[in-house]
Amino acid sequence: MTAPHLPSAHLLEVKDLTVDFLSLGGAFRATNGVSFHVDAGETLVILGESGSGKSVSASAIMGLIDTPPGEICSGTITYRGKKLDDCGVEERRDLNGRKIAMIFQDPLSHLNPVYTIGWQLAEVFSAHGVATGAEARAKAIDILARVGIPEPEKRIDQYPHQFSGGQRQRIMIGMAIALHPEILIADEPTTALDVSVQAQILDLLKKLQAEDGLAIIMITHDLEVAASMADRVIVMNSGRIVEEGHARAVFENPQHSYTKTLINALPHADDTGGTGRRSTTDVGKPILEVKSLNKYYGLSSGFFAKNTQLHAVKDLSFTVAKGETVGIVGESGSGKSTVARVLLRLNDVSSGEALFHGRDIFKMDTRELLGFRRKVQMVFQDPYSSMNPRMTIFDIVSEPWRIHKDILEKSGWRDRVTELLGLVGLRPEHADRYPHQFSGGQRQRIAIARALACDPELIVCDEAVSALDVSVQVQVIDLLAQLRDRLGLAYIFITHDLPIVRHFADRIIVMKNGGIVEHAKTEEIFRNPQHAYTRQLMNATPRPKWEAASAPLPA
Amino acid sequence: MFGFILRRSAQSLIAVIGLLVLVFFLSRLTGDPAYLYLPLDSSEAQRQAFSEAQGFNDPLYLQFGRYLLGVANLDFGTALSRNRPAMEVALEAFPQTLKLAVIAMSLALVFAVVVGSLAAAKPDSLFDRIASTASLAGASAPDFWVAIVAILVFSVGLGLLPTSGTGTPLHWIMPIFVLTLRPFGLLVQVVRGTMISALASPYVKTARAKGVQRTQIIFRHALRNSLLPVITVAGDLAASLVNGAVVVESIFGWPGIGKLMIDAIVRRDFALIQATVLITAVAIFVLNILIDLLYARLDPRIRFQAK
Repeated sequence: MTAPHLPSAHLLEVKDLTVDFLSLGGAFRATNGVSFHVDAGETLVILGESGSGKSVSASAIMGLIDTPPGEICSGTITYRGKKLDDCGVEERRDLNGRKIAMIFQDPLSHLNPVYTIGWQLAEVFSAHGVATGAEARAKAIDILARVGIPEPEKRIDQYPHQFSGGQRQRIMIGMAIALHPEILIADEPTTALDVSVQAQILDLLKKLQAEDGLAIIMITHDLEVAASMADRVIVMNSGRIVEEGHARAVFENPQHSYTKTLINALPHADDTGGTGRRSTTDVGKPILEVKSLNKYYGLSSGFFAKNTQLHAVKDLSFTVAKGETVGIVGESGSGKSTVARVLLRLNDVSSGEALFHGRDIFKMDTRELLGFRRKVQMVFQDPYSSMNPRMTIFDIVSEPWRIHKDILEKSGWRDRVTELLGLVGLRPEHADRYPHQFSGGQRQRIAIARALACDPELIVCDEAVSALDVSVQVQVIDLLAQLRDRLGLAYIFITHDLPIVRHFADRIIVMKNGGIVEHAKTEEIFRNPQHAYTRQLMNATPRPKWEAASAPLPA
Repeated sequence: MFGFILRRSAQSLIAVIGLLVLVFFLSRLTGDPAYLYLPLDSSEAQRQAFSEAQGFNDPLYLQFGRYLLGVANLDFGTALSRNRPAMEVALEAFPQTLKLAVIAMSLALVFAVVVGSLAAAKPDSLFDRIASTASLAGASAPDFWVAIVAILVFSVGLGLLPTSGTGTPLHWIMPIFVLTLRPFGLLVQVVRGTMISALASPYVKTARAKGVQRTQIIFRHALRNSLLPVITVAGDLAASLVNGAVVVESIFGWPGIGKLMIDAIVRRDFALIQATVLITAVAIFVLNILIDLLYARLDPRIRFQAK
């Protein structure tokens, strides 16, 4: 698209960028001949799954790649016709923050915990010799107001941990735009946030772009976010650009097979199909009946202060039948994970009862509880941290048999592990490897195999696919659905992502602040949401930029 | 914050009381002082009279009660070996130790932070390798050996420094050097380790994206976050300096509380043992509170929790 030998006419141009990372196992090629450009006022989205090299390209622009282990093998980055590779260290540093700024995925860890946000904002001005002292502070307050932090004069002296996730990202954005840069690189800026907060942050970015004429390079794995922001899209896979073009063209008419896979993986891509992954077997009688469940957390606020209590779960009642999937949907702090922890007796209940085959879980003694834990298994969000890194997959999957001695004779373990791995789509030789040798999706399969080792009746999945790439999410959910139909399992599927349960859950419970907002069959929830909050959750899914903002709700 | 100090003090008080009880009984296991303080040819009657006069013949519970009453009034009785109130003797010696410890610890901290940070800024550079090796050697060398070798080289061989005692500034050099070496070595290792992980942290990446200068990133962003574990280790080392000056003070004839304690034990001077142990215990307890306060000062997350 650009003349190769002339000085670039674009605001920023990356040409033929190849970056290697050296490790003990040899060099890993993170990006391979990547070229793109961005102009003032437009948004370029770099779309790709984890490991596709999309963040590396951005880090290279900012000069944030550490050498070693990184090595920029070839390529040029040109800003306003100036090759960044030719700049001195000091010149390059001064460009960062002043002309090119960046925001990151997890604002809490990207803000320095021991300095006030006022100090960190003012530092942008002092580092570039723009303002210091009271003047920098006044400017910092203006910025806080601009990015929508209420009471900026008061909050400027607070520390990062005293803000909510969305506010922290606003502060990060504030730091980035403080000196009116021309280019803003946003690396997964909303991935760590709730959907409704995500919408606010995206709106803020759009507003700032309109006001300042910013060029935005947005890096994301989320197709909906990409569609809502992008003017142009490039799709990356394994370090290469596999497709690029105008956003609408790419989304509505993807050319490359990888892009097609990604777009087809979207949960509502087959809107009309409807019930694809819902249970096919007849739903039997309830195996779990939860009645008026309540959970309080005591918040001790000090030595002399009186204790205040947090009502984490309010009067929750529902049932789960054999072969049924119940989705519990809510944002962070809604109490959805607490429900899981209480039901598995990982936390104590405050009041209420939960009958499992007619026996109250909360009144079981140690021996009964052991039997119960065999029948009810849990799959966590991050399978890596819930697996002992020093145990082989064989040890991990067979561990339940070590505890529940009556399930299986030791001589049969090897065969059964092989069988279970086969059931979740892994190979027998995987049994002798360690967790770190697997990808996120494979680890989640292992976690499912471990859960199946006990022949459970009910599996509680707490954000079990949230950490996975979209295409992998679909695979794992397909696997869960298959297993349910073959083995007659029941699931409680806890997630913050409403669309993902659409074709999987039979019934959905929407939770907010510990209480049930809405509880109905999945179709009814999506066709005719009764509660404003449910509508808000669905609405918060970003709409493509090329569609009118007033488009009707997804039916 | 005040409530916090009060709570910590109450906890420490329990520990101090336990220590007082322990010291009382343990010191009495060292033997009968009458054999040490009276001439070798003294008669049984004379020894009895001495013990009677010192109250050593009273039942143990009576002695213990008297001791506790004394402690409550900060009166430990007379130091037999010096014929002066034990508390007075101990309080005289304590500042000598404190001066050594404060100077040694400050030097160790300042040098360790600078050397450790610079080593962490460029891992595997020549400077880093030299610093790592030297600090490892410093951390591992036993202080009594270093002290003796130093005397051999600088006093006996070169005749530059006095072997022991106090009086001139020159007398300070060797004790301080020996006391600084080990904490310095250990702290360099800690600073280097925590700084390397701090420099790889996301907030440092943000600072780089903001265009903050390299020195600012190292000494403001990373260092402030690395200080917490450093202070934990430094606090431990400081406590052992106050405590463990015993060896160094004995070798250099430094009239501090460590040497006093050893003398008191050797001479079965119960009152003096008890006084020195209590003072050391209180010093360590104050040190721990200071460290907790420093923690809260450095990390706002702890500060707001403590409120």
